[in-house]
Amino acid sequence: MIEATGIKEIIKPENLAYRKTDIMTDNILSYCPGCGHGTAHRILAEVIDEEELQSQTIGVSPVGCSVMMYNYLDVDIQQAAHGRAPAVATAIKRLMPEKFVFTYQGDGDLAAIGTAETIHACNRGENILIIFINNGIYGMTGGQMAPTTLPGMKSSTSPFGRDVKTMGNPLKMTDIVATLPGTYYVTRQSVHTPANVRKTKKAIRKAVQYQKLDKGTCFIEIVANCPSGWKMTPVQSNKWMEETMFPFYPLGDLKTPEE
Amino acid sequence: MEKELRLMKGNEAVAEAAIRAGTDGYFGYPITPQSEILEYLMEANPGETTGMVVLQAESEIAAINMVYGGAACGKKVMTSSSSPGISLKQEGISYIAGAELPCLIVNVVRAGPGLGAIQPAQSDYFQSVKGGGHGDYHLIVLAPSSVQEMADFVELGFELAFKYRNPVMMLSDGAIGQMMEKVYLSPQKERSSDSPLWATTGKPASRPRNFITSLDLDPYGQEVFNNKLQAKYAEIREKEVRYEEFLCEDAEYLLVAYGTSARVSQKAVQILRGEGIKVGLLRPITLFPFPTKRIYELAGKVKGMLSVEMSAGQMVEDVLLAVNGKVPVKHFGRLGGIVTTPEEVVENLKSKIIGG
Amino acid sequence: MTEEIIIAGFGGQGVLSMGKIMAYSGVMQDMEVSWMPSYGPEMRGGTANVIVILSSERISSPIIRHFDTAIILNQQSLDKFESSVKAGGVLIYDGNGITRHPERKDITIYRVDATEEAARMNSPKTFNMIVLGGFIKVKPVIKIENIIKGLKKSLPERYHNLIPMNEKALIRGEEIITEVQKA
Repeated sequence: MIEATGIKEIIKPENLAYRKTDIMTDNILSYCPGCGHGTAHRILAEVIDEEELQSQTIGVSPVGCSVMMYNYLDVDIQQAAHGRAPAVATAIKRLMPEKFVFTYQGDGDLAAIGTAETIHACNRGENILIIFINNGIYGMTGGQMAPTTLPGMKSSTSPFGRDVKTMGNPLKMTDIVATLPGTYYVTRQSVHTPANVRKTKKAIRKAVQYQKLDKGTCFIEIVANCPSGWKMTPVQSNKWMEETMFPFYPLGDLKTPEE
Repeated sequence: MEKELRLMKGNEAVAEAAIRAGTDGYFGYPITPQSEILEYLMEANPGETTGMVVLQAESEIAAINMVYGGAACGKKVMTSSSSPGISLKQEGISYIAGAELPCLIVNVVRAGPGLGAIQPAQSDYFQSVKGGGHGDYHLIVLAPSSVQEMADFVELGFELAFKYRNPVMMLSDGAIGQMMEKVYLSPQKERSSDSPLWATTGKPASRPRNFITSLDLDPYGQEVFNNKLQAKYAEIREKEVRYEEFLCEDAEYLLVAYGTSARVSQKAVQILRGEGIKVGLLRPITLFPFPTKRIYELAGKVKGMLSVEMSAGQMVEDVLLAVNGKVPVKHFGRLGGIVTTPEEVVENLKSKIIGG
Repeated sequence: MTEEIIIAGFGGQGVLSMGKIMAYSGVMQDMEVSWMPSYGPEMRGGTANVIVILSSERISSPIIRHFDTAIILNQQSLDKFESSVKAGGVLIYDGNGITRHPERKDITIYRVDATEEAARMNSPKTFNMIVLGGFIKVKPVIKIENIIKGLKKSLPERYHNLIPMNEKALIRGEEIITEVQKA
């Protein structure tokens, strides 16, 4: 066991290799080990920090695993009813157009119960950023089938695998919103490797710039793992995500500004 | 400044009063018999003058959640709808109450249940005063009985909403919404640029972050919060009861009625007084808080009461609770969108209370 | 003074707007007024009616079933509202398209053939103003100059050129209304 004084010896400014952004609070994350939410939060927080947006930011958290995002990000946040974050964000941005407004939503929230709000906010071209965490499952409620659950994929409400004949097909919301004239920048990314983290962070930074320029809705899907819901180790889950999720939800830009 | 005299529909009066009250945002969805509110605002285009945001949402659900978003920024925001649309908004209203956000919700009531009819009714009383959505909460409920009050209660509604950080409902009906009367409108107020301390407006270095939520996973914490809400409702019950009395001093019988039914009942009182029968009318202006104490006092003076409402008997339960068995209390009202007539009220008071 | 009026006819006959003009004129005369329309799908082509109350006192019920005056512009409305005129009250109707004429003996009945007259004047849109002219002749609760004032107040500026034509129609209505039966 290292004595407290010993730690202080190690934590010297000259030894600093990485520092958590102040936009992340010191609260312990409620996310499961290996879950992608923590990384997604961090890069969003870093962009807010680096772009000096703290005093300008109003976020909207969903109902789902990230419902308590307000505990983790040191910015003003509203917690919305299930699926309604884009409507909530619409009003915030309309009433305070100078602010940076984003929603952060899971697949159940955004692609099932909130389908109408998602599509209509995008279709109106609300000048907001929508971050969409897609892990193909309802994490918070304990691993039920989501609108994004893959065909054949097991969940607590599709115990024998998703039968598309009776349970419907997975919904590619990102592809849908990319077809709407109101969206400006639509991309699908992941945060499971350092390279992907960098790409996603870059996408968030772009969205921030576009919002400043009043370009319309920016929509970033992050395909993420859910080790608990998928009943896998974090490493297994990332491998499974690459092998099974990515072919169905291929990474890359779906809509980029014509420049 | 002097008030401006106009001849307007109740719905139009709400819209014009909203602009003049310095409202920051209106979010709505068309439904009869209140679509004039959104139409009037779109036509008036206050974005050009006061900067007020007016938005036609994709659904009543989206509209109430837009209200949530705007209210959480500390803005003066409102929505309006009619019964089926108000049912759709209930989840959002519960969240707004749970997050203690101020806002104004106008319900121009039509007959139900279901799609019902588009004619006036008062069958949303329970939904409005007892909660409506899930959880232990109350709205402050204002019941206008004239076009003038539909205008006046916009400003009063916002005042109470911000004073108590609580959603306010204006419970009107199709008759008052569609009817034209004279209305004296207040001069234009400027929109406020101040934000309440709790509002999410972007976190400056000078204060901790603000977050708006109705969630507390710790049941003990949630109980503390619920007790705080109940204390607030107790204060509202203590301080904000509003009602109007018409010929109650020497009354031997009492009619209790709000909104359109109160207008009808007033005429019934006049007819009955013409016949030498001493009848008075108590018109609750706030339905929550309900004028329980005053009705209890009057129960000591009159021989019986008739609750007149265009419902199968909803407010009568609150009258019964207030009277607490002291005198007979009965209900009368037409259903399905039929407006009760003064003659029917006269007849029913005679048969159910005077002769009963 | 209180005058309780129902105006009933087809949607598109200007029933609601005639009521509105009455209400505006009442406001011009410092009266209390209420204008309570039937609303809904009826507005689009079916029957339409509006209750107008003009009073020197605060108006209690805006919705009533018995009227001092009924202004009836088609057969369905006559069938529906003839019985709702108070005994000793007034019924004014346009004879156009009427096959069963009013039958009550305890009310005063006037006929104003405004449809025909409007066609003759080559301005079918002033039909309701002819009827209104007839009304103010038999029930002078509102003055013609206040109707004109009300029109000026309620009509957008671009329609003010139509006011003289409406005034003419009002006067014509006063001239052509005839008593059919005295109560």
